[in-house]
Amino acid sequence: MIGVDAGRGGRAQGAPLPRAFFLTPRGSLWGDRIFQGVVYAAVGLFALVMTGIVLALVVESMPAIRRFGLSFVTGQEWDPVKEAFGALPFIYGTLLSSLVGMFIAVPLGIGAAIYLAELAPFWARAPIGFLIELLAAVPSVVYGLWGIFVLAPFLRSWVEPLLGGTLGFLPLFQGPPYGVGMLAAGIILSIMTVPFIATVSREVLLAVPNTQREAALALGATRWETTWIAVLRYGRSGLVGAVLLGLGRALGETMAVTMVIGNRPEISASLFAPGYTMASVLANEFTEATSDVYLSALVYVGLLLLVVTVMVNAAARLLVWTVGGSVKGIRE
Amino acid sequence: MKQSMATVLRTIGLVLAVSWLGVAALPAAGLAQTLMNGAGATFPYPLYSKWFDEYTKVDPSVRFNYQSIGSGGGIRQISERTVDFGATDGPMTDEQLKKAPAELLHIPTVLGAVVATYNLPGNPALHFSGEVLADIFLGKITNWDDGRIKSLNPGVSLPNAPIVLVHRSDGSGTTYIWVDYLSKISKEWEEKVGRGTSVKWPAGLGGKGNEGVAGQIKNTQGALGYVELAYAITNKLPVASIKNAAGKFIEPTIASTTAAAAGAASNMPADFRVSLTNAPGDAAYPVASFTWLLVYKDQSDETKGKLLTKFLWWAIHDGQRYPQDLLYAPLPAPVVKQVEAKVKQITFNGKPLVAAR
Amino acid sequence: MKPLQKRVIVNRLMNFLAGAAALLVILPLVLIFGFLVYQGGSSLNLAFFTQMPKPVGEAGGGMANAIVGTLILIALACCVGLPIGILGGLYLAESRDPRLPWVVRFLADVLNGVPSIVIGIFAYTLVVLPMKRFSALAGGVALGVIMIPIVLRTTEEIVRLVPASLREAGLALGLQNWKVTVRIVLVTARAGIVTGVMVAIARIAGETAPLLFTAFGNRFWHSRLDQPIAALALQVFAYAISPFDDWHRQAWAGALVLISMVFLVSLAARLATRGLQRQTR
Repeated sequence: MIGVDAGRGGRAQGAPLPRAFFLTPRGSLWGDRIFQGVVYAAVGLFALVMTGIVLALVVESMPAIRRFGLSFVTGQEWDPVKEAFGALPFIYGTLLSSLVGMFIAVPLGIGAAIYLAELAPFWARAPIGFLIELLAAVPSVVYGLWGIFVLAPFLRSWVEPLLGGTLGFLPLFQGPPYGVGMLAAGIILSIMTVPFIATVSREVLLAVPNTQREAALALGATRWETTWIAVLRYGRSGLVGAVLLGLGRALGETMAVTMVIGNRPEISASLFAPGYTMASVLANEFTEATSDVYLSALVYVGLLLLVVTVMVNAAARLLVWTVGGSVKGIRE
Repeated sequence: MKQSMATVLRTIGLVLAVSWLGVAALPAAGLAQTLMNGAGATFPYPLYSKWFDEYTKVDPSVRFNYQSIGSGGGIRQISERTVDFGATDGPMTDEQLKKAPAELLHIPTVLGAVVATYNLPGNPALHFSGEVLADIFLGKITNWDDGRIKSLNPGVSLPNAPIVLVHRSDGSGTTYIWVDYLSKISKEWEEKVGRGTSVKWPAGLGGKGNEGVAGQIKNTQGALGYVELAYAITNKLPVASIKNAAGKFIEPTIASTTAAAAGAASNMPADFRVSLTNAPGDAAYPVASFTWLLVYKDQSDETKGKLLTKFLWWAIHDGQRYPQDLLYAPLPAPVVKQVEAKVKQITFNGKPLVAAR
Repeated sequence: MKPLQKRVIVNRLMNFLAGAAALLVILPLVLIFGFLVYQGGSSLNLAFFTQMPKPVGEAGGGMANAIVGTLILIALACCVGLPIGILGGLYLAESRDPRLPWVVRFLADVLNGVPSIVIGIFAYTLVVLPMKRFSALAGGVALGVIMIPIVLRTTEEIVRLVPASLREAGLALGLQNWKVTVRIVLVTARAGIVTGVMVAIARIAGETAPLLFTAFGNRFWHSRLDQPIAALALQVFAYAISPFDDWHRQAWAGALVLISMVFLVSLAARLATRGLQRQTR
């Protein structure tokens, strides 16, 4: 039942209010019942939508599952004409591009959030915050075209030769610089996810009570130490939520990625090589899929994307739980 | 007090927003017009938008709304009857026709050409043969100064550089036309890769859409790929002349595209589901194709059926004035005659909708 | 070196890095905005905002119907996304049940990762096929579903951070539970929730793929909500992938208008909910 949250962190003496408290009628109970009903209805609707989507994916991909089974997950060939389908290159592409994207976006996003919440001069906070939010409003197709016309040539002419020259001994940076490829996709993804991470993180950090900061300062902490010890720790769950929000976007992003990733279903260790993601192949081929098996195979890819999302989310939560420990009783 | 002022402003804002939304959601004035929806190929979108705009002057009682969601999307939506007509660059297969709830007709409207375009210093005018193109796309020829390319282009200095091949990543009619041509020319291509709106490319990068491929080629030295003629021209990319069935090297132009259909007119199948690639004829460009509108033979709504057939009649006659400016090729005269006969077959409850002219 | 000195240096360094991060984050926006203004600025004139799309080659023409269409679609999406998102977020933050909220939270994170095209197809199957036509309603449903996880998770995290002392104070004064939630907790969290909603709106305003199968697009003014409707993102997409420079310029101008619209909506929402600021600062 919806009751009072015992609070977290800032309430060391957090004994929940006694049950008897809620049984004592204070005014009419109808307001509470109705409100509760409305909330449960909303949650129920949400669960219905999710179930609907998962069910639709499973049902539509059944023909492909029956025909290819698990070899679909390990197969590397994607031939619509001969109807031989394997999704491994797409899984690899999705994971790698999202990884690169998050690798860039998380530190930048949280760093920017810290700046906005703690360090920026007051007159600058609203404008800069606004600018970052606007990034989320740029249509994906604009990102994609900007990627082709500005980012990819820049990567091909300056960045990739530089990386290849200095760090070329790593398999990550080998191969001819096309400009388009995994690196371009990762960078575009980072640009697209950073506004989510930064904005939500900023809200979380701003909601941390001042008492936390004052306590740390009173103990003689520097500005940064205050932020690190008091603010970030307190808001950790919220920050994780922000990052997961960004991660979800990265895994499912279609239009912009497909324009700069090279769209080659191959697995390669190098970031310069072209790749292909699950969302991209879905968007590219869904409207033109001719045969039933082809369509079903594409939906199977969509289902696999769902599974990958689930697994990545679970892994992220596990990571936070083991690393973070139980200091603030993270209730995930 | 500040608080009440804010509340007042807020309420005013809310009232304005709700009333505006309410007004916007109401039916707009002038609803005497019928709205016809169509969906399909992206290739003819610029032409169709011109046609539908001009046609409102011819018949103000109807408005055509066409959206490009892809040929496959067009086929699917007309089969589901969520739109009044479909459009496709690749003809429907027998399997797809069988799945439609009633008989669907293919009405060719204009022609398009798929061209080989490239990015080389100096933008020389190159000649290619079908066999060489097939081998390039198979990944067998990988360098610009390969002997076979050189022998077709004496006098052109080709650099010693790798060919950066670009193809389409998304399924499309353009791809279908291109691989259809390659399949006719090269047995190896037909066996190894085959025909389809999406294929397993042996080599090369994928660009999204004609624009994506053109953009890629434009920005990459040594790139080679295929796009619709209009995209090469507007992006100021050079186009290659390709050897046709009669052995001549033909440059892709509007005239040579129309010539491809003229060559096929004598052997046209009744349902117009024909491939025009590698067409016979001295002046024919070898990689050309129709684009079709898909309509039900038996219309379910009399008013809409009449409006549709009237439009189709206009499109194949007066409408053929507009394609050239937009870089499409009009239908040749013998084909127009054949299409007329087809349009006359569209019926409502058994009665043909087009009065005999 | 002395520990204090080291701490001071670390402090300076970290503050500098945070500032650098903020700068790097804004940099792409400046670049993209500059790109759009440079390429499309010339196409922005009064006609753009008042006329409807014209075929290529004809002067003038604009995206008036698409601008209005996008606003209507956003409003419809909010009708679907806001109730479920905010109420769901409240549930997750307040419930003491050990298991169900965990599942709901997980599902929300997963839904966030579903590609928008899949959600579009879902809305197509749910709304378009039974109605046998494309409609603004279907588009609103698709966009609303995309909004839900963002609003839900943001609301949850922000509400969670409202200090328990506020809640207890309300209860101590004899308020019913739901009144405490609505009039104290939600009001305190209002600014954060609004930010979450604005981020969600920004996201859906730029979505193209789900609208292809639902709202469909319309070259004319929409007539009813159960008919196809134009949207800026769709129009920008259609123009951007065409071969014509004139249409390209209009596409970039359209993107500029889209971003500005989101900016204005965001500003308006902020001003409307200013009132009670975050009382913790």
